[in-house]
Amino acid sequence: MPLLENGHPVEDTWRYAVESEALGAGDIIVPFDRLSEGLGRTEGRLGVVLPNSESVSTLKEALPKLALVVVTFPIFRDGRAFSQARALREHLHFTGKIRASGHILPDQYEFLLRCGVDSVEVSGNTDMAPWEQALRRFTIATQPSPVLDEKPTGFGLRRFLATP
Amino acid sequence: MSTETMTRAEAAPAVLPVGRYGYDQIDRTFLRERIEQFRDQVNRRIAGDLTEEEFKPLRLMNGLYLQLHAYMLRVAVPYGTLGSKQVRALARIAREFDKGYGHFTTRQNIQFNWIKLEDTVAALEVLAEADMHAIQTSGNCIRNITSDEFAGAAKDELLDPRVHAEILRQWSTLHPEFTFLPRKFKFAISGSPHDRVVARFHDIGLIARPGPHGRPVFEVFVGGGLGRTPIVGVSLRDDLPEEDLLAYMEAILRVYNAHGRRDNIYKARIKILVQALGTDEFRRQVEEEFVAMDRARYRIEPGLVEAIKARFGAPAFAPAGEAVAVLAEDRRRDIAFDAWVRTNTHEHKAPGYISVVISLKPAGGIPGDATAEQLDLLADLADEFSFGELRVTHLQNVVLGHVRQDQLHTVWQRLSQAGLGTANVNFITDIVACPGLDYCALANARSIPIAQKLSSRFANLELQREIGDLRINISGCINACGHHHAAHLGILGVDKRGQEAFQITLGGSGEEDASIGQILGPAMAEDETVDAVSRLIDLYLVRRENGERFLDTYRRVGTAAFKDVVYAPA
Ligand code: HEM
Ligand code: SF4
Repeated sequence: MPLLENGHPVEDTWRYAVESEALGAGDIIVPFDRLSEGLGRTEGRLGVVLPNSESVSTLKEALPKLALVVVTFPIFRDGRAFSQARALREHLHFTGKIRASGHILPDQYEFLLRCGVDSVEVSGNTDMAPWEQALRRFTIATQPSPVLDEKPTGFGLRRFLATP
Repeated sequence: MSTETMTRAEAAPAVLPVGRYGYDQIDRTFLRERIEQFRDQVNRRIAGDLTEEEFKPLRLMNGLYLQLHAYMLRVAVPYGTLGSKQVRALARIAREFDKGYGHFTTRQNIQFNWIKLEDTVAALEVLAEADMHAIQTSGNCIRNITSDEFAGAAKDELLDPRVHAEILRQWSTLHPEFTFLPRKFKFAISGSPHDRVVARFHDIGLIARPGPHGRPVFEVFVGGGLGRTPIVGVSLRDDLPEEDLLAYMEAILRVYNAHGRRDNIYKARIKILVQALGTDEFRRQVEEEFVAMDRARYRIEPGLVEAIKARFGAPAFAPAGEAVAVLAEDRRRDIAFDAWVRTNTHEHKAPGYISVVISLKPAGGIPGDATAEQLDLLADLADEFSFGELRVTHLQNVVLGHVRQDQLHTVWQRLSQAGLGTANVNFITDIVACPGLDYCALANARSIPIAQKLSSRFANLELQREIGDLRINISGCINACGHHHAAHLGILGVDKRGQEAFQITLGGSGEEDASIGQILGPAMAEDETVDAVSRLIDLYLVRRENGERFLDTYRRVGTAAFKDVVYAPA
């Protein structure tokens, strides 16, 4: 599944744990219910899939050992992951990668980035053009991002968006 | 646009608009970029690259609905305030892209019901030229922030809430975290202790007042709403300082975004969450988030408020002079004018000024509809008599905020010539009605024809004056876009074995004494309902004491007598 960063496809060096198989070595993303198993591992970096019904505070203890958190969109309309990503950055000061997966529209890309998400999984046959455009098209937002330090426009709440 | 209005618009000096935030180049760039995005999406839809299914969430972000017969475009009117140039742009859209009229809504917006998909981008461009748009007029996001139609004018106002409405507007526009909430989210804000914004029936209702150090403080109501589960909002805080306004709003929305129900759209509004958790637990969760936030990051400094305020034009009131005396004399000489002044004006804070409510409810008319010609006239009147500013009311009328009292008679004459001089504000024919089955895909019944029948039945102005203040609101289905629960006399369209029928509710109010109307009894056919309303009014006229309003008599006398008169006529 292609991974998008800064509007471009990049190589995904992570793999997802396979159900009822040992985790093995290397960078691996575990489901939420295998987190402690992942934490017990000694080799390779660890990522976890955070279901959107869980509070990010459940990751508080594990977070220093996590290099990646995957937030999820069962359907694009379900916007809980925006708040989760923001809270990971704002309240838990997570500095690892946040990845979004699931049903996501290019029109949501800007919002994801402004909530602290770095990368997005898109399905194999996705047309990349709208994603890339979504980044270049907009230069201004009318409020500060909850987590990024964007350049103010002079007065009021507006910010210039950082174009990659 | 005629050449005459064109010249006027171009000749206008580049001053800040009165009563609302004046866009600068950055705001215009923001809009331009969003329109370009929408143009792309429409083109992809027309070319067939997007299915209607895929297009739907995208068009909804731009206020474009698919209705029974056509697309409907809902245009945002932030805090209900419009400039004359904007009103002319709306007239132009009505003329060029619709059937010659627009429909003012209960959330201070305007809708166009007959827009062609191919024309939407052109319509959005006409709007953008006048610093307007349709962003966030639908979808599960923070909708247009509504406010008091007498903001900045009313004598009983403690502070003009529109600067804070503008701050909330900017903050909530395409907010990265809150654009895909469990359900739509509606704010109202007032700066008067007299609630003219239905604060207690909003997801968040804010009542602003001056605080101890000269900066505003806010009472925060949360979890009010209508629809199939009408609930009066609860007061979450009474003393929110200005500097924490955004932080606290974020905290509420974060709790809602995390815990609001997404499994059932009928239970997805914040009111259901507040009820499920209980006020104390909901407040505790909000406070928990609030204290965890880096408040400095969200603080609204006085400097920021002043900078936004500096983008608002202020009306330059002239000294009162003889204005008060002239009005008194005009009223003495002209009885019809006097009657209109009594019902259709509101006391102004500046000596010699007055606010005018222009009724969009002529006898037998369609509540809230305005033709392109009427819109142009309203724009002209705003320019000539009210600093170019006009307001939309949540009761589907229009207000000229600041009219000099010695010019009021002229204003009334001009309105009357255009059929806009009806002296019925707050009377039984000042009916609020949603679009209903004539336009709306969700409707059970038509709201407009029954509104017209009631309006014709009670058209006699003397009779209306005799009946006094009486709020009738009509919704074509339980979604309650017509606010029927908040009406003294509400009418709800239902489906009775495949037939359109109507339920009557009594005793609702959307003001400080907020209450939910109670269903009187089984639904009736349209004409029976109109007759039933007549009998209810007759009973009220017999039973009322000492100048009571219909609502007061109903509350005193109780349901039984009213029920009898409808269902067991003697
Ligand atoms: C014509 C197409 C319309 C459709 C399809 C529509 C749809 C809906 C729906 C589904 C609800 C229930 C939402 C809920 O409780 O979760 C609702 C409520 C509401 N709508 Fe509409 N509506 C339409 C027109 C309007 C108009 C013209 C207005 C005036 C701006 C309006 C204002 C409202 C209000 C005030 C409520 C109820 C109050 C509340 O939010 O609890 N709607 N609408
Ligand atoms: S109340 Fe029902 S019929 Fe009326 S506009 Fe709303 S959804 Fe449509």
